[in-house]
Amino acid sequence: MDVVERGRGELFTSPDPDEAREFFRSKNKSLVPKVMSVREAVERFVRDGDYLAIGGFGANRIPTSVCHEILRQKRRGLGFLGHTSTHDFQILAAGEVFDRCDVAYVVGLEARGLSPNARRYMESGKVRITENSNYGLSLRLKAAAMGLPFLPGRHLMGTDTFVHSPASVTTCPYTGKKLVLQPAVYPDVAAIHVHEADVYGNCRVRGIHISDLDLARAAKRLIITCERLVHSDEIRSDPTRTSIPYYLVDAVCEVRYGGYPGCMAHEYFSDEEHLRQWLDVERDPEALAAFLQANIYGVADFSQYLELNGGMRKMSRLRRMELRIRAEEGNHDEA
Amino acid sequence: MTKHNVMEQMICAAARLLENGATVAVGTGAPCAAAMLAQKTHAPDLLVLFEAGGVAPILPEMPISVGDSRTFFKGVMATGMCEIMETCQRGLVDYTFLGGAQIDMYGNLNSTVIGPHDRPRVRLPGSGGANDFASFCWRTMVITPQDKRRFTQQMDYVTTPGYLTGGNARAEAGLPPGTGPYRVITNMAIMDFEETTHRMRVISLHPGFTIEQVIDNCGFELLVADRLEHTAPPTPEELEILRSEVDPAGYIIGRA
Repeated sequence: MDVVERGRGELFTSPDPDEAREFFRSKNKSLVPKVMSVREAVERFVRDGDYLAIGGFGANRIPTSVCHEILRQKRRGLGFLGHTSTHDFQILAAGEVFDRCDVAYVVGLEARGLSPNARRYMESGKVRITENSNYGLSLRLKAAAMGLPFLPGRHLMGTDTFVHSPASVTTCPYTGKKLVLQPAVYPDVAAIHVHEADVYGNCRVRGIHISDLDLARAAKRLIITCERLVHSDEIRSDPTRTSIPYYLVDAVCEVRYGGYPGCMAHEYFSDEEHLRQWLDVERDPEALAAFLQANIYGVADFSQYLELNGGMRKMSRLRRMELRIRAEEGNHDEA
Repeated sequence: MTKHNVMEQMICAAARLLENGATVAVGTGAPCAAAMLAQKTHAPDLLVLFEAGGVAPILPEMPISVGDSRTFFKGVMATGMCEIMETCQRGLVDYTFLGGAQIDMYGNLNSTVIGPHDRPRVRLPGSGGANDFASFCWRTMVITPQDKRRFTQQMDYVTTPGYLTGGNARAEAGLPPGTGPYRVITNMAIMDFEETTHRMRVISLHPGFTIEQVIDNCGFELLVADRLEHTAPPTPEELEILRSEVDPAGYIIGRA
């Protein structure tokens, strides 16, 4: 296939499937318990300079505790996959932990507005930026999940998004039509929040999976946070429900309300009040520094952060919102 | 009932373009409101898709995010992004709704940067799913207020393809044939794209606006249809449903 045109966006990761095969060959696939704290998981599996990806959809089913811990442990020089990234991006940009980024969607928080601080960081010149689209990054993960160097798509062509991407345009050997080739992205490390996992890392996700099933397969190291640990007999009683198998997983951390302040389908709705507070404090760098100190740097772990932001009473309210239990059905705060 | 505002006019105009039985990929905000209104009026069988994986939800309220749990509430399937985008790429999806910080006469959109890409004055979110939807869905619709800065001759960056440089440029670039911008719905008017040049053309004026106002609030030369129509104002039924069922909290319609 002849390359007709090539985007000039920097390729931050190697798309070579044989390098990935060598890594995956050496990965420990034995059925061993991997339960540990988020602190230990980040200490062991997130290294300075790694290329990082975060699962979920911005403020939906995100592993917030891992993002916070990456800030607390002051990781530096990370690459980041900015795929459908909103509150996770906001946290990581506040810690200035990455210096290069594949962008499909960053800086914004959808209908909530734009993050002033993430914008400043992306405008500062401190971050090398390669552009793409949401499906473009989904395809790049899918190519890696398939053990391939690229996959074709029919988008980007003719736009500046293509010009600033690492994709190529080629001619289809069967139809003669133009196709975009999206290079595989094999992240060094990924973190995904799920509903249930057993101690080995067999995972169940309810609702939409976005690109997480491909991400779990594309990433070299994988940290799982889960709402609940379940017994392995429960996993084996209904294997249809397992969508991430244990041999992809390096760490399992039980973090109840671990997607807060985002939405976790069937569990709890997003905390719009707290997300608005983030956007408000970001207008003033000093206020942001104090906010980060109070909520992340000066906090021992995620449960302390939940306590600071309303604790169980708030979580119960968000849970009733998610389940759409109305006041007349018993939705009133405990005294 | 109080008189409608411009946002309500835009949402009603957009909703009427979605015929019963059509398929539409939507985001949050006005597009979602338009799809919900269409479903509750003339198009109960409108199939609604969300890019993160929600298929045919019975939306209990306006989602905050295209990935929040409302986007697959009582849906027929909760899947992933590849499934949705590939459904569009296979040609099953008729419509999508997009917006942007800048739009030009060929319907190209910018949601990435204002200023040069390597040293932007303003960094915006980027493509998200916009480039994909605009490439794959048959008809792209844009809902946006118009002014001279947003409707510009000088795009800082083309995030999402319209007809590119006009004429056959879009098909020649390799994007699926037969796709492209279909309607632009502003606070003042509705535009389509002339068949040969693919330039934006005013086809209908909203109540209370003149063609001079539309032209004055556009930074490029607009074509004007020979027979200019007048957009019907929202009916009392549309307004009632919009205000009491689609957006009772006024998140979208309260913005105008």
